[in-house]
Amino acid sequence: MESDKKLALVFFPAFDWAISPTHPEREERLLYTQDQLIEEGIGDIENITMLRSDIAQSKDVEKVHFCVPDVESRVTESHLIAAGSAIRCADAVMKGGFDSAFALIRPPGHHAHTVVYGDRGFCIINNEAIMIEHMRKENPDLKVAIVDTDCHHGDGTSDIYWNDSNTLFISLHQDGRTLYPGTGSVDEIGGPSGCGYTINIPLPPGTSDEGYLYVIRHAVLPILDEFKPDIVINSAGQDNHYSDPLTNMNVSAQGYAQLNHLLHPDIAVLEGGYSIEGALPYVNLGILLAMADLDFSGVKEPDYCRERLQQSRQIDEYIRMLTSRVMENWKNRKTIREQLYENKSIVTSTKRIYYDTDNITERQNRKYILCDRCGGLEIIESDSDTHHSILAVTIGRGSCERCVNKGYSLYKNASGRYTGVYLHDKVNDSYLSKKM
Amino acid sequence: MLVGLDLGGTHIDGAVIDDGAVLKTIKREVDPDDLFSTIWTTLSDLLMPFDTKDIDRITLSTTISTNAIVEQKIDPVGLIVACGPGITHDFSAISPTVFHISGSIDHRGIITDPIDQEQIESVSKKIVNEGLDHCAVVTKFSTRNVEMETRMADYLEGKVSHVTMGHRMSGRLNFPRRVNTTYLNEAVYSVFNNFADKSSAAMSKMRLDVPLNILKADGGMMDLPTAQEHPVETILSGPAASLSGILSLSKIREDAILLDIGGTTTDIFFLADGVPLFAPDGAVISDYRTLVRAVYSVSIGLGGDSRVKLVDDKVHIGPEREGKPYAYGGPAVTATDAMIVLGLVENTDDRHLSRAGAAVSSVGWPSDASVEQTAASILTQMARTIKETTDRLLRNINERPVYTIKELLHEKKLDPRSIHIIGGPAKALAPYLEEVYSLECHVPPFFDIGNAVGAALSNVTKELTLTANCAVGILSVPEIGLTEGITEEFSLAQAKARLFELFNEIYHIKEQDCEIVEESCYTMVRGFSSAGKNIRLKAQVKPRMIHVMKEI
Ligand SMILES: [Zn+2]
Ligand SMILES: [Zn+2]
Repeated sequence: MESDKKLALVFFPAFDWAISPTHPEREERLLYTQDQLIEEGIGDIENITMLRSDIAQSKDVEKVHFCVPDVESRVTESHLIAAGSAIRCADAVMKGGFDSAFALIRPPGHHAHTVVYGDRGFCIINNEAIMIEHMRKENPDLKVAIVDTDCHHGDGTSDIYWNDSNTLFISLHQDGRTLYPGTGSVDEIGGPSGCGYTINIPLPPGTSDEGYLYVIRHAVLPILDEFKPDIVINSAGQDNHYSDPLTNMNVSAQGYAQLNHLLHPDIAVLEGGYSIEGALPYVNLGILLAMADLDFSGVKEPDYCRERLQQSRQIDEYIRMLTSRVMENWKNRKTIREQLYENKSIVTSTKRIYYDTDNITERQNRKYILCDRCGGLEIIESDSDTHHSILAVTIGRGSCERCVNKGYSLYKNASGRYTGVYLHDKVNDSYLSKKM
Repeated sequence: MLVGLDLGGTHIDGAVIDDGAVLKTIKREVDPDDLFSTIWTTLSDLLMPFDTKDIDRITLSTTISTNAIVEQKIDPVGLIVACGPGITHDFSAISPTVFHISGSIDHRGIITDPIDQEQIESVSKKIVNEGLDHCAVVTKFSTRNVEMETRMADYLEGKVSHVTMGHRMSGRLNFPRRVNTTYLNEAVYSVFNNFADKSSAAMSKMRLDVPLNILKADGGMMDLPTAQEHPVETILSGPAASLSGILSLSKIREDAILLDIGGTTTDIFFLADGVPLFAPDGAVISDYRTLVRAVYSVSIGLGGDSRVKLVDDKVHIGPEREGKPYAYGGPAVTATDAMIVLGLVENTDDRHLSRAGAAVSSVGWPSDASVEQTAASILTQMARTIKETTDRLLRNINERPVYTIKELLHEKKLDPRSIHIIGGPAKALAPYLEEVYSLECHVPPFFDIGNAVGAALSNVTKELTLTANCAVGILSVPEIGLTEGITEEFSLAQAKARLFELFNEIYHIKEQDCEIVEESCYTMVRGFSSAGKNIRLKAQVKPRMIHVMKEI
């Protein structure tokens, strides 16, 4: 079996790394997936190529995150390799002659926000965002769409691209009122410059293949058609599976394969998924075959039972309503933006971010200084119960000279009440930090 | 005394070795229509001066199975496969008589869909009706649970003349390769067994009461009865013999490139810290990807008889061969002609020299070069072509995926420090390779019969693979057809002990002669608490030090 669609697979199971011995994010998480892929002879399929992982550098991380106090003290080698593997996939697609790539890696990353004090939701750094910013080194205007199909809201990715209209972020997840991290309601649509380009589709518990595929066909694909991204990325979490121990959804391996077949992502990056024996071997195989344009009709869990997974009429109805609301938001994004932000010069918000894995609480004030000539500045003030208190200034891509200068002066003149001050100047690709 | 014979494509080489010294060598041309008599006349000539009582063993590297596969002179095989869920493999390209049956095993070794008795009966009936005498039975994940294959094979017993079961071929995963391997084993079963029977008869006629061993693709050997059950393992033993030959003739401890340069091809091997690299998944023969353990070898169409031609002002050597070198009456200029011009070939006369000179001059490159300069340029180009290939292979080897942080960060890259060459043109080409690679280039003694020496000095290789999934209570060692129950408390130490016990019980090989070569042990979790271990072990017979020749 083969097709002419060239797929690169970067498989990094990190067999020597775990959060703790019985934690879901442990050594054997991808062991059975590896068994299945080897037994199926994936390595011998002509149009699939296995590539070696790579390790990301601190400067790759600094293009996305403010690690407190710095990258070295927050990020482990395993995280750098997961991010480096995602970068390897990006290079394979952008300049390696591959049609698509799948980063089958751990640890995951989509709960990692802009500011990083530690591990939350098993994530420390955001693999997809680091990969995207790597691609933008050579293609600064790259239009990217991220479709996050992990069962949990991709709150980290959402936070990072909240104010960026060049990066469309669509998250399909189990409704935050019933699952960690709790965020991701339909009304969360992005900051002043990115208003409408964050799209949340919170699905009810019990949603099955039909529900997901309905949303893909009736919301995700039409939105992508209009957005016209250069690159489509799938944050391919697999915890929507009916056997996942942490969630309440009813998706099957066939559902995942069909979803990928419809979505046609250029790059897929594994996120969560903790039914490591009953789901991951089949789901990963399904995604891989769909991405390589090969027949996936035989991929099925041994205990699969269609009748048992059927979603209720009520869910059908709810999802139809939800989808039309999402589409309405998307169509009216300009009007909504005007209503919310017209004639404003500063937009502020506060949030509290809990790092569940490391038990840290962060309090954050975020301030967007709007500019009529450019995307303006983003200023984060944040402190945590790890005794850090920081100021982080981001000068957005395409910022005007006045905003750039203002950013630098904020950095230089920061008051002594901070333990650290950071500046990320995306115009000149420069990252500065100072301890106070 | 150890006797080695290497049956190649054009020549058969033999060597008798005693106490680290080569006592006698022989080289004959092969009669392609009668390989059997080629072997036995060569052997009787080789052994002529010796007392057969002094012979400890004879090891033979044969192309019997390889040729049968390459020339498609193999038996029809009823291929019975259970693909189960996952990729729906077709396999009709391998055998026209494929029978797909239901039933499946998952990665844990759990039978998730039992085999259907009625189907067993109906498939058997079809096989008998179609007059198929050979069967191969393979199920997905049979290495994790041998029960389904065993049941199918048991039912076929007596109805066909022989059945091979997939799990006996290798302990490694890879269902399509297991299917290919099992199919080929059965397809060459008769060819090889006929040869084996004739060999045994010939030996008793010669009153040779010594063990006859057969060389395997991994450079090790197996006794004749084992080979008769696993004939597929005799494929591609030729390259393995050359590799063992170089190893036995040289003392290499570092990363190195090994070359066997012949008339039409050059075989390339690599050593890491003196240990040969193996093919990552298994041998590939005639488009069949198999699980047969094999040394990593890449053959390129470049040798002494390769044709030299000028394309766009650049000299190309090979891959085509049009006949003998021009000097010996062949039709076209070859690399050997360049060697003759430079006086690098023994036993040449003036007539050879003048023909070679004419051939090399006709290349006319570089412009206004002397005939010697042209000849030297040809050999430099030949060395460069080899280097381009090894550079590319090394890049691939060093880029192979790894799955742990430790390997990714700390594993050393393969970085050859020396080159070792055998084969006819070895001596002539060595200085050019040395120049192009800037590495020391060694030509071991007996460089032209290295294969036979390698065969003579080979040792038994044997592997057992153990997988124990304590959460579901299944242990399997596929190579010996074992699937048994275990408790949740089964430990890594117990698993190792069991594996050594099996080596002793089945092969009569003691624990001190075995070693664990792969080991992993994971804690399986149900909910948030431990539910037993997942243990994977691979053990092998310790490779014995290959004898290094005492004198030159
Ligand atoms: Zn998740
Ligand atoms: Zn501005």
